[in-house]
Amino acid sequence: MALAHTAKPAPGRARKPRSRRSRQTVVAWSFAAPFLILFVIFMAGPIVASLAMSFTDLTTRDLRSPFGVNFVGFENYVALFNDSRFVRSLANTAVFVLVGVPLTMAVALLVALALNNGITRFRTFFRVGYYAPVVTSIVAVAIVWRFILQPDGLLNGFLGVFGITGPNWLENELTALPSLIFMAVWRNIGTLMVIFLAGLQGVPREHHEAAMVDGASAVQRFWNVTLPAMRPPILFAAVITGIGFLQFFEEPYVMTGGGPLDATLSTAMYTYDQFGFGNYSYASAASYVLFLAIVVLSLIQFRFLGKKD
Amino acid sequence: MATSVAPPVVTVPRERRRRTPMQQRPRLWLYVVLGLGMIAMIMPFVWMILGSFKTTAEIRQYPLNFWPLEPTLDNYTELFVRLDFATFFTNSLVVAVFVTAGNIVFSSMVGYALAKLDFAGKKVLFMLVLGTLMVPGVVTFVPLFVLTANLGLVNSYPGLILPFLIAPLGVFLMRQFMLSLPDDLIEAARIDGASEWRIFLRVIMPLCGPAVATLTILTFLASWNNFLWPLVVATSEDRYTLPVALALYSVGQNAAEYGLMMAGAVVVVLPILLIFVLLQKYFVQGIALTGIK
Repeated sequence: MALAHTAKPAPGRARKPRSRRSRQTVVAWSFAAPFLILFVIFMAGPIVASLAMSFTDLTTRDLRSPFGVNFVGFENYVALFNDSRFVRSLANTAVFVLVGVPLTMAVALLVALALNNGITRFRTFFRVGYYAPVVTSIVAVAIVWRFILQPDGLLNGFLGVFGITGPNWLENELTALPSLIFMAVWRNIGTLMVIFLAGLQGVPREHHEAAMVDGASAVQRFWNVTLPAMRPPILFAAVITGIGFLQFFEEPYVMTGGGPLDATLSTAMYTYDQFGFGNYSYASAASYVLFLAIVVLSLIQFRFLGKKD
Repeated sequence: MATSVAPPVVTVPRERRRRTPMQQRPRLWLYVVLGLGMIAMIMPFVWMILGSFKTTAEIRQYPLNFWPLEPTLDNYTELFVRLDFATFFTNSLVVAVFVTAGNIVFSSMVGYALAKLDFAGKKVLFMLVLGTLMVPGVVTFVPLFVLTANLGLVNSYPGLILPFLIAPLGVFLMRQFMLSLPDDLIEAARIDGASEWRIFLRVIMPLCGPAVATLTILTFLASWNNFLWPLVVATSEDRYTLPVALALYSVGQNAAEYGLMMAGAVVVVLPILLIFVLLQKYFVQGIALTGIK
């Protein structure tokens, strides 16, 4: 690593005296040292250890001697995919992400468009309101939503005004997962709205003007001018929302306990349950399956953020 | 469009629109739609606050009544007398303060190195930061618990705090901000013979106010709302943070005490909502700086 600069000197830095660079190397690593030590112990270490553990039979009984355990190869992974509850949790998580993410993005984009183009007054007021759920604790709002979605809760009371008898949202197999998705959309609109608003401000006004002169309608301009220019923020929003939604845990933990009949059991919750049973290596394997999906999304985001520099 | 229509009537508004295409006439229906959406966004909070002043019997009665008939503070009294919410609140606060302080100090230091120093291994370090930006707690909590147990830190403040003293996101944010500071300042200080530590403390940090403010808010918020790790590592009530206490009570023996749970949610959410409304520009700045909430 120390030889890296002699091997390929950066063209712009060739002027600088080499001694200064090596002096700065010592200073720079001393700046980075406290972070790096904590990072290795509490982040990089556990990421590697989690993978390593997933190939062992470590349980709560081995807690005091984590190196006295046996290597079992892919046994945990084989067991996972033979467990119908785990497979069900993967399916639930996939539905949560594949329905929730596009829905959040669509609503957020509509709100951002309305705030950016359609209205001139009360912008800050609306922005604060739509963003507010983002800053709140998921646990706290999940409890509030649980009461709203009770059979005799606020939502069914509201529907009752129109003569509609709402279902028992959280205890009906068909409506439980959609209810959680609905709440997650509600909570995440704000983040994407702000990202999209920033993106919309970057769409060149001249392009809109040119399209208008050519007689393009508002809808045509949205599809042919706004959307293409918004590709980077839209991709970025999809990635970070996807990563967030893949980990959904608090919502089923507080609102449904994973039920009814595992209809809302998420992979993160399955992992936590296995950890609770003391099956540490098995839980690690489950979390690594989830991690794999997140890594795929992260790689896209990695390239995207890398390009911005 | 029909060409036979009298020209002036059609062209005047068209001309006006063409001049300011982005500022179309405000449309009333949009205000209505946005307003209805706003009600849907805010209603859970309104319901939460109103519910916290109702008795459970009143919340459960049917048909619903919106305003509390006989507003009562009993729920709050019970939270702080029968349940120990003062302790949970203190725990949340202590953890959030230490976590925030750690992130400011450590992120600023690495951020400075990454933004303003030229050194061997810089690229690798930055890759590490970028590559772990999105690693979620669910991937690391099992080995982290094994480690914490072996260090004897389960159910302790250090156990709650240490794993969160650093976060790649903070480093990324500080680096991005420091990149925008002019190099001339640093060069001038170097010519004057200032050490890098002195430059960092006396030249760079005083200019980082906005970034530090944003980092403070984002980190404090994340810590305050953090759930999985405190749930795992806090094993007795004296170390519960607010979300852990709230979640465990809400699925435990107090599950049916609606009013009490609503009051608990208020205690967790309201301080953050107030801070947000007062400092909302810094929240938005965080997203602008990093692209990440």
